[in-house]
Amino acid sequence: MRILVVGGGTGGTIIANNLARRLSAELRTGKVSLTMLSASDRHMYQPGLLYVAFGQMMPDTLYRDQASLLEASIEFHVDPVKHFMLDERRVKTQSDRVFDYDILVIATGSRMVPEEIPGLVEGSETFYSEAGAIKMYKALRNFKGGRVAIVVGVPHKCPIAPVEVTFSLHDYFKTRGIRDKVEIKYHYPINRIHSIENVAKWAKPEFDRMGVAYETLFNLKEVDVQNKVIHSEEDTEYAYDLLISIPAHRGMAVIEENRLGQAGWIPTDRHQLTMEGYDNVYVLGDTTNLPVSKTGSAAHFEAEVIADNIASIVKIGTPVREYDGKVYCFIEAGHDQATYAMFNYLNPPDLKPANKSMHWFKMSYNQMYWSSVRGLL
Amino acid sequence: MSEVKVIDACNTFCPGPLMELITYMKQAQIGDTLELLSTDQGSAADVPEWVEKVGHQMVGSEKIGDVWHIKVRKAK
Repeated sequence: MRILVVGGGTGGTIIANNLARRLSAELRTGKVSLTMLSASDRHMYQPGLLYVAFGQMMPDTLYRDQASLLEASIEFHVDPVKHFMLDERRVKTQSDRVFDYDILVIATGSRMVPEEIPGLVEGSETFYSEAGAIKMYKALRNFKGGRVAIVVGVPHKCPIAPVEVTFSLHDYFKTRGIRDKVEIKYHYPINRIHSIENVAKWAKPEFDRMGVAYETLFNLKEVDVQNKVIHSEEDTEYAYDLLISIPAHRGMAVIEENRLGQAGWIPTDRHQLTMEGYDNVYVLGDTTNLPVSKTGSAAHFEAEVIADNIASIVKIGTPVREYDGKVYCFIEAGHDQATYAMFNYLNPPDLKPANKSMHWFKMSYNQMYWSSVRGLL
Repeated sequence: MSEVKVIDACNTFCPGPLMELITYMKQAQIGDTLELLSTDQGSAADVPEWVEKVGHQMVGSEKIGDVWHIKVRKAK
């Protein structure tokens, strides 16, 4: 049985390591082979970028060598896939190597596409890349006061990020002693301040307490960089001095180029996590078209289900688990408090008041991630 | 000829039905009709409010069993 994992992010890495342990005997005897193809020899802890944007973490601490995270029995190549030939059960890589498989896992992730909104690239700061987070921190540090606007594209990775960055901006300016010189205005695409109703109910009074203004039903149409004005699809506008964006995302270009899914999102069975029409192709994390948060947490829980199922297919010929939509997200409520949202397809999150303990748990998890991605947690 | 695309946003809390509709509306062509399936009772009011404000067109809304079927045509 040849198992091929395409993508070395959170989901792909957890699946590969879990499979290496569950199938250690089969790998030793050669009954199973396990290969990972990734676009990078480095692995980034992406949630750390929010801290980089506020000067709380240095970017070099967010990386590990990908090979160092993988079990020795995993054959690892830095050679991203260029062509998926699903009917032939084969992929071709950028270096023109061909890999045949019996079971394929696609975990290629997503990418931000700020260029789809006129003016957004040149007119805003964002923390969704290392370079962006560093640039955002420098812009914050040089900011002396004025109007800060937060805008949110759809869909975006980490749905909690808009709320977290708003809390962090409030605390950052307060610490610098200039909060009274800063007007923070939060803009959100739907008619409440967060997509999860209980998060919206929790965050709204907090925003009121902090003096954060908000406008809902605001979908960014364009940024007038010269006059520093944002315009919405709903025909409203706001003049800003500093614009912070959570950009819209798409799946990776290779998914669109191979016509595997519109906008790069692969049609996926919400319980089995198989690609529609292909029982031997599993999809997880940001790559799916599922109505599930695009987060490392969702990828993690999906990876555990898929690893169990692939291992059971090898051992008894059939999958044994279904994904129930589980997601667990920490929510940083500023620089010294946090809470969390845990939910699945059927049960909404029940938010608790933010506290310091949960913040320190999150800070610990920032380090524990490296054990998690090795499949140890 | 425009297509009717069904968006199954039943039993989901994040990103939620209206976010799903906005996502697919961005991918649709002007004139396309999208049918949103939602078990969120709020969708019956939330979706028409956004559709009216942004300038698309409501085609219909009905509850069948526990599921709202909300049809919207992309107008801009």
